[in-house]
Amino acid sequence: MSASNLEKVLKGGNFAVTSECGPPRGADAEVVSKKGSYLKGYVDGVNVTDNQTSVVRMSSIAAAVLLKQMGFDPIMQMVCRDRNRIALQSDLLGAAALGLDNVLCLSGDHQKFGDHPTAKNVFDIDSMQLIQTIKQLRDEGRFLGGEEVKGRPDMFIGCAENPFADPFEIRAMRLAKKAACGAQFVQTQCIFNVPKFEKWMEMVRDLGVHEKIYILAGVTPCKSIGMARYMQKSVPGMDVPEELITRLKGVPKENVAEEGIKICVETIEQMRAIKGVAGVHIMAIEWEQKVAGIVEAAKLYPRPAI
Amino acid sequence: MIVANRKPFEEIVELVKAYKSILLLGCNECVTVCAAGGAKEVAVLASELRMHREKEGQPIEVKEHVLERNCDPEYVVSLAPIIGDAEAILSMACGCGIQFVGEHYRQMRVLPAVNTTFDGVAEEQGVWAERCLGCGNCILDKTLGVCPVTRCAKSLFNGPCGGSHGGKCEVSDETPCGWQLIVDRYKEMNMLDKYMEIQPLKNWSTSRDGGPRKRVREDLKL
Amino acid sequence: MRLTYPPNVKIVKVPCTGRVDIIHMLKAFENGADGVFVAGCLEGECHFLKGNLRAKKRVAQTKALLDECGIGGDRIAMYNLSSAQGQRFAEISREMTEKVRQLGPNPARKGRAKAA
Repeated sequence: MSASNLEKVLKGGNFAVTSECGPPRGADAEVVSKKGSYLKGYVDGVNVTDNQTSVVRMSSIAAAVLLKQMGFDPIMQMVCRDRNRIALQSDLLGAAALGLDNVLCLSGDHQKFGDHPTAKNVFDIDSMQLIQTIKQLRDEGRFLGGEEVKGRPDMFIGCAENPFADPFEIRAMRLAKKAACGAQFVQTQCIFNVPKFEKWMEMVRDLGVHEKIYILAGVTPCKSIGMARYMQKSVPGMDVPEELITRLKGVPKENVAEEGIKICVETIEQMRAIKGVAGVHIMAIEWEQKVAGIVEAAKLYPRPAI
Repeated sequence: MIVANRKPFEEIVELVKAYKSILLLGCNECVTVCAAGGAKEVAVLASELRMHREKEGQPIEVKEHVLERNCDPEYVVSLAPIIGDAEAILSMACGCGIQFVGEHYRQMRVLPAVNTTFDGVAEEQGVWAERCLGCGNCILDKTLGVCPVTRCAKSLFNGPCGGSHGGKCEVSDETPCGWQLIVDRYKEMNMLDKYMEIQPLKNWSTSRDGGPRKRVREDLKL
Repeated sequence: MRLTYPPNVKIVKVPCTGRVDIIHMLKAFENGADGVFVAGCLEGECHFLKGNLRAKKRVAQTKALLDECGIGGDRIAMYNLSSAQGQRFAEISREMTEKVRQLGPNPARKGRAKAA
């Protein structure tokens, strides 16, 4: 077992709570510590995104180390868009040497959406192959090239899954594949359509995948009707039902944010009742200060001390 | 076929600005079929250039010629008398043809009038789409005839990313999701369980990553 | 009917406007024409089903080409009329002649730019 706090929390049978911290678009370490300060004590692990939406930001390794220094258990995200297998393995060794214990493997958003759409992408390997790569370094102590790794990176390996993307019929199989590759935990895309998520979980359970991998259900509080509408219309693979928008529209304007949080807390409660869900991943996009309140309202505070 | 696309007119005008006499060269192969650089496109561009330069008070002589193939020496060598006193060659052949003609006529500038874009098919009259990246290690048997390297924007080997929606790629609503196409094939052939096979890391050394490639068939060499 | 139309209009006969290709229209301008109009059958009345619809697309493309090379897409137009509409033909000829007169001479007519 790695030194990961998140792994210990999950293995101890606790309902885990993770959140997210997007590194800043600059070299200011203060921004990281400020975002971190909102989450301190309320989460078991904190994701550090890797140039999310293909917008250049402080590297996930660096920001994760800054959070580690604050006492967090960072989950370093790694995308396959910007690095080939040489750089990915190298960075993984570096991350382990700096004391990072969790890694989340992703393909990465296409660069077309970011601030450098004219960039060349890499995609030497895909997210499943990255999972296999890390597992090989850790468990077999061999690089992809076959040479021995002197000092294995002991990482708790995670991945992501979007139960709402198409084709739906293979989304549970895709998770099974990731588990077979060696992923130990998964964080899902933001869940707004609970019935569809339940259906996906049913398919996951049918394949017995929930027994092979810890499933953390992704939740996001909607700040405003505009944000909900944006996610519904403009974010590929996001499923925001019209009822959610109707509900937000049903409250006075000054109470929309509060209602959004209330919906998020209710979703967490629904998640806890679903067999096979091992925790929640709260993505409060540029709204990190609300995470503590959500965790408290969902009666998930205090977090287990391990 | 190799699919190309004519460069914007202003860019072409700029390329030939310094010349009073050029040879506009087309190709009877791929660029003819994809309507980018065959006899018709050569005639149209030549006419446009002549009119434009006439209007500017800088007339240009544009000789038109279309080679059977620009990528084969037996045709390329036949070009010598046709070049005549042209100051430069403006080529509507693909990138291969442009380079190959340049290799044979080293004293000439061979300028590109098209952007060579991809290896593809004519999906319908007037519509061409990419199908092959020439990675040198075909796996179409595994994905039932749909190439994930080419048709997935991220060249993913083990399934669609989280951006696949309604059969479309997250990169553009105009682009089908390559993995949706693969999954559709699995279903059509009643082979969805094949999706569970984990594809190992690809050996890219057979692709461009291994350096420029070459193929030799000794039995054919003279 | 003894209709009159401007004497500057030169008619190039084709079996169907579907025979007219982009290069034919461009050549007319390259050889000094100030304007070109393609007179096709009424839409839906093509003896070859789609000849006039194809011509319509080619005229649109030629317009774009004339714009990009600086001759001006306004110098070309497509009209649809039946062979029984002699009156309409004369009217179009006058209309087009007037339009082209306003646009002035073809800027690419050989030697013109140099002389100017």
